[in-house]
Amino acid sequence: MSLETLTYLVVGLSFALYIGIAFASTARNTGDFYVAGKHVHPIANGMATAADWMSAASFISMAGLIAFMGYDGTVYLMGWTGGYVLLALLLAPYLRKFGKFTVPEFIGERYYSNTARVVAVICLIVISFTYVGGQMRGVGIVFARFLNMEIEWGLLVGMGVVFLYAVLGGMKGITYTQVAQYCVLIFAYTVPAVFISLQVTNVAVPQLAFGSEVAAGGGYLLAKLDQIVVDLGFAAYTESTRSRVDVFFIAFALMVGTAGLPHVIVRFFTVPKVRDARMSAGWALLFIAILYTTAPSVAALARLNLTNTIQHGPVGEETANLVYAERPQWFKTWEATKLLTFEDKNGDGRIQYYNDANPEFAERAEAFGWQGNELEVDRDIIVLANPEIASLPNWVIALVAAGGIAAALSTAAGLLLVISAAVSHDLCKGVFWRGISERGELLIGRISAAVAILCAGYLGYNPFGFVGQVVALAFGLAAASLFPVILLGIFSLRVNKYGAIAGMLSGLVFTVGYIVYFKGVFIEPLAENVRENWLFGISPEGIGGIGALINFAVAFAVSALTREPPEHVRDLVQRIRVPK
Amino acid sequence: MKKPTYWRDNLRLVGICLAVWFAVSFGCGILLVDVLNQITIGGFKLGFWFAQQGSIYVFVVLIFVYAVRMGKIDRKHGVDEVDGVDGVDEEDGDEQ
Repeated sequence: MSLETLTYLVVGLSFALYIGIAFASTARNTGDFYVAGKHVHPIANGMATAADWMSAASFISMAGLIAFMGYDGTVYLMGWTGGYVLLALLLAPYLRKFGKFTVPEFIGERYYSNTARVVAVICLIVISFTYVGGQMRGVGIVFARFLNMEIEWGLLVGMGVVFLYAVLGGMKGITYTQVAQYCVLIFAYTVPAVFISLQVTNVAVPQLAFGSEVAAGGGYLLAKLDQIVVDLGFAAYTESTRSRVDVFFIAFALMVGTAGLPHVIVRFFTVPKVRDARMSAGWALLFIAILYTTAPSVAALARLNLTNTIQHGPVGEETANLVYAERPQWFKTWEATKLLTFEDKNGDGRIQYYNDANPEFAERAEAFGWQGNELEVDRDIIVLANPEIASLPNWVIALVAAGGIAAALSTAAGLLLVISAAVSHDLCKGVFWRGISERGELLIGRISAAVAILCAGYLGYNPFGFVGQVVALAFGLAAASLFPVILLGIFSLRVNKYGAIAGMLSGLVFTVGYIVYFKGVFIEPLAENVRENWLFGISPEGIGGIGALINFAVAFAVSALTREPPEHVRDLVQRIRVPK
Repeated sequence: MKKPTYWRDNLRLVGICLAVWFAVSFGCGILLVDVLNQITIGGFKLGFWFAQQGSIYVFVVLIFVYAVRMGKIDRKHGVDEVDGVDGVDEEDGDEQ
């Protein structure tokens, strides 16, 4: 069977499975639609959370980002896992005790204000759309590569599938499809990783492999990798190139952002008890950690593989670079998708892959007769091309395609659901149309999910950055707007509605302003995105941490100057602090 | 001396856990990475290992430790949830 047929088959079977599950768990009421009736077992919820959480960015982009960032990629690993500690300790159990449907609903009741609720909805929608665009892009890329479809068609197919199970099944459908999607994606991620670890180091456990010796000789893998990339003018793999303060704040923003992401928080509304919410967070992180501890290993192994393939001998020796005409098959397949491009600048028919932005090395390279880096590698292909680079059987490649799609779809569905819940439950039922019947609310939930899918498709078609980068921005926003007010809503009796509203708005405006200023999301950037221009040397990716601090400070200051919350709100806070 | 309240016990546990959380990630993985990188274990520089592996393992263990300890605190203060009954807030949405 050809690879393409096999891929269609595997991806098709996985779709059939998801849709089957969706039909079996159709939502019959709003409780099902928003929180799966609160009957989800903590371990199942852990898996669903892991799939919900691990997006196209985690599956497709993260190892690639780490492969080219080396130590600096740590911010993603640490940031996207450490947030679960905050979530488990500071938010999840209390929000479960609160026991309603959505995050803005909590903010609205705790801060006794529909304005606060609407502001929270706005924050939620901005965050979720920023994030969902990246997911749809991921779906498009996977389809384009593995099924030879145009990215636009891949997007449409992805939108169709999500539409079916998110709109029909709501949270209930999503939960059980996510459990299935977790199994698909974790299998698809770890199998190639184990094979590649074995090939390169003879160690089967990826987590240990990248700390082991290279089977072909030459000592420890990381030391060898450091050596090779430095020889080509890149920064050493295990060393930092960013300033310490920037790494610190990016990790901080990602952690706090993770804990403030509505589609993750809401997963903890679906378990039966408070103690289930605590345990479930542990399970979720365990399932996530399986992928997150594998990813840095994949990154190091892939970087070594790629560099060794292109530069197979000592740097500067004429025959040490790969002859373009003799490039391996995987190279050709990836060229076809334009995610790998070669331009023979010095016309020697060989590929030179080095850091021409390093002036010192560029000078040496010129002496070799090199006239600039000739290979552009899109970071996203590191994971997708890995099985081919390691010459794994076709079924593994097909599985990786299904895994990438599973990761993107599960996250997209989770995001679309919180968007639709915010519109139908918070805006319609909660604020503008209080008398709406449950059936009406359910219908509006479904319609808004459908509209959200269309918008997501549009954002996937017109993305504004790498999948990983776009997602990083969503975190900054979540960190700066939602996390602080939820936390204060539980741990402070004094913070009132004025503080919360002012806090959210200042955090959001500051963070969005800073990001747009340097990255120019819808407009041209106003300043060059370089370290010299940054506030305290913090890049736009890390600014959410400062946004969160501003949010805290403003919330406290404004609350101190205004009336304290009424008695019933203080009772509410006391009530959610105890499980019984 | 007065017996510590449920909330105080809770805050104490959370505080200890967050101190560990900060120490392994921001401490060992970022702020002290250069110092720890002087030590190597197998092929790993220790600081790099904490940054890309160790901190994540500690996070997982930390949440389970917290969940179990918190369960004990719940029982000590008699606020743990009753088994068999589904949750504490049945008024919203389970049944139509």
